[in-house]
Amino acid sequence: MSETAMPASFPSPLRGGVRGGGGADGTVALDPALPPPPAPPRKGEERGDTGSGYNFAYLDEGTKRMIRRAILKAIAVPGYQVPFASREMPMPYGWGTGGVQVTAAILGRADVLKVIDQGADDTTNAVSIRRFFAKTSGVATTTRTAEATIIQTRHRIPETPLSEGQTLVYQVPIPEPLRFLEPRETETRQLHALAEYGAMQVKLYEDISRHGHIATTYAYPVEVAGRYVMDPSPTPKFDNPKMDDCPALQLFGAGRERRIYAVPPYTRVRSLDFEDHPFRVQEFTYPCALCGAEGVYLDEVLLDDAGRRMFVCSDTDHCEGRRADGHVGTGDAA
Amino acid sequence: MYVAVKGGEAAIDNAHRLLAEARRGDPAVPELSVAQIRAQMALLVDRVMTEGSLYDPDLAALALKQARGDVVEAVFLVRAYRTTLPRFGASVPVDTGVMAVERRVSATFKDLPGGQVLGPTFDYTHRLIDFALAAEGEVQAAAEAEPRDDAGHCPRVTDLLARDGLIEAAPPDDGTPPGDLTREPVDYPADRALRLQALARGDEGFVLGLAYSTQRGYGRTHPFVGEIRVGEVAVDFVPEELGFPVPLGRVRLTECQMVNQFKGSGAAPPQFTRGYGLAFGQSERKAMAMALVDRALRAEELGEPVASPAQDQEFVLAHCDSLQATGFVEHLKLPHYVDFQAELELVRRLRAEFERKSEPVEMQEAAE
Amino acid sequence: MLAPGFADPVHDAQDTFRAVMDALARPGRPRPLRAGLEPPAPLTPELAAVALALTDADTPVWLDAGLAAAPEVAVYLRFHTGAPLTDDPAVAAFALIGDPARCPPLGTFACGTPAYPDTATTLVLALATITEGAGLCLAGPGIRGTARVALAPLPEGFVAQCAENRADFPLGVDLILTAPGRVVGLPRSTAVTEN
Repeated sequence: MSETAMPASFPSPLRGGVRGGGGADGTVALDPALPPPPAPPRKGEERGDTGSGYNFAYLDEGTKRMIRRAILKAIAVPGYQVPFASREMPMPYGWGTGGVQVTAAILGRADVLKVIDQGADDTTNAVSIRRFFAKTSGVATTTRTAEATIIQTRHRIPETPLSEGQTLVYQVPIPEPLRFLEPRETETRQLHALAEYGAMQVKLYEDISRHGHIATTYAYPVEVAGRYVMDPSPTPKFDNPKMDDCPALQLFGAGRERRIYAVPPYTRVRSLDFEDHPFRVQEFTYPCALCGAEGVYLDEVLLDDAGRRMFVCSDTDHCEGRRADGHVGTGDAA
Repeated sequence: MYVAVKGGEAAIDNAHRLLAEARRGDPAVPELSVAQIRAQMALLVDRVMTEGSLYDPDLAALALKQARGDVVEAVFLVRAYRTTLPRFGASVPVDTGVMAVERRVSATFKDLPGGQVLGPTFDYTHRLIDFALAAEGEVQAAAEAEPRDDAGHCPRVTDLLARDGLIEAAPPDDGTPPGDLTREPVDYPADRALRLQALARGDEGFVLGLAYSTQRGYGRTHPFVGEIRVGEVAVDFVPEELGFPVPLGRVRLTECQMVNQFKGSGAAPPQFTRGYGLAFGQSERKAMAMALVDRALRAEELGEPVASPAQDQEFVLAHCDSLQATGFVEHLKLPHYVDFQAELELVRRLRAEFERKSEPVEMQEAAE
Repeated sequence: MLAPGFADPVHDAQDTFRAVMDALARPGRPRPLRAGLEPPAPLTPELAAVALALTDADTPVWLDAGLAAAPEVAVYLRFHTGAPLTDDPAVAAFALIGDPARCPPLGTFACGTPAYPDTATTLVLALATITEGAGLCLAGPGIRGTARVALAPLPEGFVAQCAENRADFPLGVDLILTAPGRVVGLPRSTAVTEN
């Protein structure tokens, strides 16, 4: 069952890209006696569920179905980028429209949502997205990692280990790990089809010969379930090991680039490396100045113009939780 | 001492209040009405409708007011609204051949059936600031001319050329519903209908720059303006339950048909080729630029080498949308301290290693 | 009288989707699926729920012989989803199978292409029982170690068909298996063995 008769090109009725009215040519076998299909939106799906004037979680039901179908295929083929008809959202491309669409498609009334940017719940874009969902869906929100059922994130994976009941939704700017080696979509698609990832290995190895290290520090490419090479989004490579064998479902949404991909729970996620240069994460010399945590990712904060700085947890919830439990850092500049 | 970066919510609220104040500006100056914007900033409204892919002058005018005159922001508002609208289907193709022409010029024929109609145009105005406008002077009504005998019958120049086979035939309508890049992700190579949709929605400045590049040798197409026409056309729609077309209303359009040179091949006699541009309202610059880039993007189809940016459909289609471009460029102002920290750590480490290596050999030995 | 669709279209569709998503993300682990539907027989409430949640005018749907033989089923699905019905399994985005024992070979459905493996059929089967902790042995993404699930009835040579389906990964079909009140997922990435 290798190549089938299906054309490789869009639009494919099998993808069900939303084309409004009717199926693709040759696929419709309508019985004239049947009632005509209802005009979109489908019955009972009119907006006005939340009092915001928009549908629950903003997206119309047709769009949600389209995204949901893409998510299911993404889960079935771990690491493969499923094209989807990304919508224009009421926030700019590049600011999390992919993650927002994925979250909107999976969100239900019983969910508890957490939104982080750079590990923090209080950064402006995280606040903006959390408010968007609070307003359009009315779901409960939280800053506590352990309480959340859905966590939308930009650039970090929480320090608190994720659990089986959780879904992590990543905002992705450039989903194609090969993009900076080959700008053409037509080419990269073939490379993925053939599992031809030699160029990526060469790039990483060139770093080693030039710098003595792999010079990629974030968006560090991974191989998923032994098949697809995937961009983990611009998380620091420090977070890569958390993706491996993770109990939570990980979904990735790239709105501007119109791709959705996924890592199911308990899936092997291997950071690309070499036998003589094994993958290593960043190590920080100091513990968090506020909570004393070690082995976590730290933000560097400049204190004055004389070079004094301090290192504090990037994950604000983790830091606050530790301090609430009585952990104290030195409070000093490094 | 370190202060946790808190207070994002309050900061956002305050910024939005400031924005509302800045939008209104000096309260001593009368507020602009949407009707004023629609009537007096009409070309701006047309551009917002074109790039916003939504024909609604009032909504475009309101978006401009809300956006403080920022075109890309106004396009954004219109697009985000458009996304939420239910979709009922595609209209019957409009017939620009029976357009109620307000303006129609051809650069290829001195006179032609229907005549040259200058209409409201900046062409031939002397670009001198008219200080009288600052004094809010009344405008004299334009004189009405006697219509020509053949006014109202304006066959398209390309149809006239096609009659003698001098220009390639318009591609036949094979009944394939045109794609819609707002509802399907673009797959390359994209067909011409999809490319035209992308160009119509594309940023005027970007499409203009690409069009200009083709004139300067980056994918030359030897263009002539066969015709530019501006005017209203009827829009008809066939509801599935009725099965016959019903009129929905009229829209004002600008259409540009470029006539381009083509040498011919062993299989085909020499004939002119086409480049096509269509925009809402009066948007001549956009329609012309679009027609030039459309023709350039047909390079592969016409057996021409694809060597310039305007001929490269992945390059053009992936970068012509102002919302995608502005979103991704402007997202750089979002916090990136996590990634930057990762780079900082690496650069520090590499510098330390570099310095260690550059130390004089005897010192290294002494240290060891 | 046409049987009604979801009582609460927005939230019932979301509940159904989440059950299916969780099922495919954790193959072999059954999820509760309660949609409160009473579709015309032989369409089961679970098949109907999945169809209403995931299909529409953009997704050609294939019905197995038993479902296709009951015109009320087509009327019901057409009315509530607007999905076009197709009699060619190789172009179906979704296939509804009411009689798993007589399910056509998995290879007759679309398995995607190397460049677009997502363009593969999703099969939705109505089984009689799904029992966790016994029966077939599953391994692969979404499964911690191995999982066991007993499924009945199954198509002839099901394990061999699954092996064949997985052999050309990333090509292959994905299965959503339902039984009264529950759903379990079997994506193409899952290795299925007898023990």
